[in-house]
Amino acid sequence: MGSTSEVGRRDLVKRAAALGILAVPAMGTLTSCATGGGGGSDDGIKNKGTTSAKNPLGVKNGAPLEAFIFKGGLGDQYAKDAEADYNKTYGVTVKHTGTQQIGPKLQPRFAGGNPPDLIDNSGADHLDMNKLSAQGQLQDLTALLDAPSLDDPKKKVRDTLYPSTVEKGKHKDTFDVFYYAFTVYGTWYSHKLLKEKGWSYPTSFDDMIKLCAEIKKAGIAPWTYPGKYPYYVHFNLFAQIAKIGGLDKWIAIDNLEPGAWTSNDAVKQVVGHYEELAAKGYFLEGSQGLTHIQSQTAWTRGKAAFIPNGSWVENEAAPTTPADFDMAVGALFDGGSDDKMPHGTLRAEPSEPFIVAKGGKNPLGGMELLRILVSKKHAQNFATKVKSLTAVQGATDGMQLSPGLASAAKAVKEGGKNLLMIQLQEWYPKLTDEKLGGLTSQLLTGELKAADWIKKAQQYADEVAKDSSVTKFHRAS
Amino acid sequence: MRHGKYRFIVGFLALPLLVYGIFVISPFVQAFQISTTEWSGLRGTAKSVGLANYGKLLHSDEFWNALKHNVVMLVLVPIATLALGLFFAFMLNVGGRARRGAVITGVRGATFYKFVYFFPQVISITIISVIWFNIYNPDPHDGMLNSLLGVVGLDSLQSAWLGEGSLALACIMLVMVWANVGFYVVLFSAAMASIPREIYEAALLDGAGRSQTFFRITLPLLWDTVQTGWVYMGIIAMDAFALVQIMSVNMGGPDGATDVVPLRLYLTAFRDSQFGYAAAMGVAMLVVTLLFAVLTMRFARRERIEY
Repeated sequence: MGSTSEVGRRDLVKRAAALGILAVPAMGTLTSCATGGGGGSDDGIKNKGTTSAKNPLGVKNGAPLEAFIFKGGLGDQYAKDAEADYNKTYGVTVKHTGTQQIGPKLQPRFAGGNPPDLIDNSGADHLDMNKLSAQGQLQDLTALLDAPSLDDPKKKVRDTLYPSTVEKGKHKDTFDVFYYAFTVYGTWYSHKLLKEKGWSYPTSFDDMIKLCAEIKKAGIAPWTYPGKYPYYVHFNLFAQIAKIGGLDKWIAIDNLEPGAWTSNDAVKQVVGHYEELAAKGYFLEGSQGLTHIQSQTAWTRGKAAFIPNGSWVENEAAPTTPADFDMAVGALFDGGSDDKMPHGTLRAEPSEPFIVAKGGKNPLGGMELLRILVSKKHAQNFATKVKSLTAVQGATDGMQLSPGLASAAKAVKEGGKNLLMIQLQEWYPKLTDEKLGGLTSQLLTGELKAADWIKKAQQYADEVAKDSSVTKFHRAS
Repeated sequence: MRHGKYRFIVGFLALPLLVYGIFVISPFVQAFQISTTEWSGLRGTAKSVGLANYGKLLHSDEFWNALKHNVVMLVLVPIATLALGLFFAFMLNVGGRARRGAVITGVRGATFYKFVYFFPQVISITIISVIWFNIYNPDPHDGMLNSLLGVVGLDSLQSAWLGEGSLALACIMLVMVWANVGFYVVLFSAAMASIPREIYEAALLDGAGRSQTFFRITLPLLWDTVQTGWVYMGIIAMDAFALVQIMSVNMGGPDGATDVVPLRLYLTAFRDSQFGYAAAMGVAMLVVTLLFAVLTMRFARRERIEY
């Protein structure tokens, strides 16, 4: 710049430094500090009213209640409907916030000791429940489990739910997360496509490989996956390991036990199967760069036959799904005759975590709102509105279900007692999504061999096990 | 004006300084304090751990990997951006053929070009990231870049772009350059406009060509502006957070190939709830950026030319 001012740079720097020196002492007088604020450490439950048959938890009439609901693929209307019922009963208006930014919006409120009461902690930007639980900031929800259900006072809430809801929601021995939805993970396909071509859904890995060859001949890619979010592949990969090698050995992996990956032959078989799919070019080209929406669109348009996904896909892919697509989900594949779990085994587990903040103003109200949500009326409302099952057993019986949801419900029935629940991703997201996700993306492009995937996975798991800054959890069943 | 000059200045600056102190300096200082604790970000209290976070940082492969990518950006992005900016600005202001009545002109349609170059500056970086993510979409029909290559028969060059470990970082750097060139074209144009015409005319009379004019006259007279632009661009390259977060696969992937320090910091704070450790990363970033600025100022210093 044609510098006409006499102020040289050195002078400027000197002055700026002087200003800085002036400004810093002014800070000392600041009372507010990022880490300041109280903690929710008192154990006396706030806003306790009197209990009665109609009000088993003892919610105080007229006490304010605040709910933060994740407004993603499921929307938040279902929660508003439940809140309307709450308002009628307790003579208040629930303060409702629907957002996709649960974590960034609520982190400062937890740090400041004034969190909302009920939180639907879902989405990519969710709060770290493991930390919150370890710090004792989550309300123990056992009282809710033992309260009578809204539909039948003789039945406890606990007895209306899928058993895994209780198991999944535990941190150590405390039940403090209520998973409201019920997701079926698996291999999704178009029933119509398979029928037209005269193919049948494979029952084993070997059949799958054979079928892939045929599908490829027909000019369709056998598989696609969202490479931008490689953990989608884990939905199946992890569950397949548990199905073939048995739940005990998977629990060892969930618990980060030494050698849990390397000593399990099922890991070798499953990861090897994916290596083979990659080597034979059975993935839609370019999948490694697709988002979940893009890969689902490629799939609904018939460019690929199979996709690893969860039962929310029907709702999410609805805009691009042809009317006669006939979406369906299949059970896990057999590895061989000595599989530890029978055919029909399925990964189906609670999802959509709701938490009640202990330091909130009305934790009892938060629990009561959950009790309303798990009533038959609202469970059915949820199923209708967002095409998803809920934690309430048999809530959708006799309802007219969409193809994908009907297929998921059928798979759950056929799975019977063999419904798998995986905790690894819930407890150690950095390990599964970032570290193992990185390995998986290389495995599926053929840059990494199965043996190396396993070796590195073990190494990463061991690193997490050794890292004292990560809260550890343990499951027994 | 000599008398009581400083009291006068301080009187006027007191309020802005106070605001600046509260909202800029104090968070900076608090970041240092937070980086010496193991604060989770979810509670009002935290244990002090001294310098443990910094020790952890020094031994973290992830951090060094991210920093390496930042340094690569720091070297390549400013060079490419400033070189292109200078070239375009030169062509728009003095690179044209001599036309009637004016000796020194830009190329035809210079105003239009200036307008177009400045476009990316007015779009938010988030939108730019989304646009380019879709340009890089690997689908041979939906992805703009791949379908373009298909149309002109270069199918062999089609690729998964952001899903390809060896290309992903280059793809993101390209967007960075694209998004920032326009600003420098305008900046350098303004600076060039202040160079006296007589100098150019004298050079032309002496028979200097375009490139000689540029290297002997334009560049030396613009050196101050280039230096400022360099530091500013370096700070942008140290960031790159929004681009990487939105565009890269698996947040800084594939397998860490596009990871940058600000993204690492964000994930450490908001995903892993380790605000103390994340604050240490922030401090490390501050050190690197300051180092860069100081070194640039130190080594790029030249004689000042008065004109």
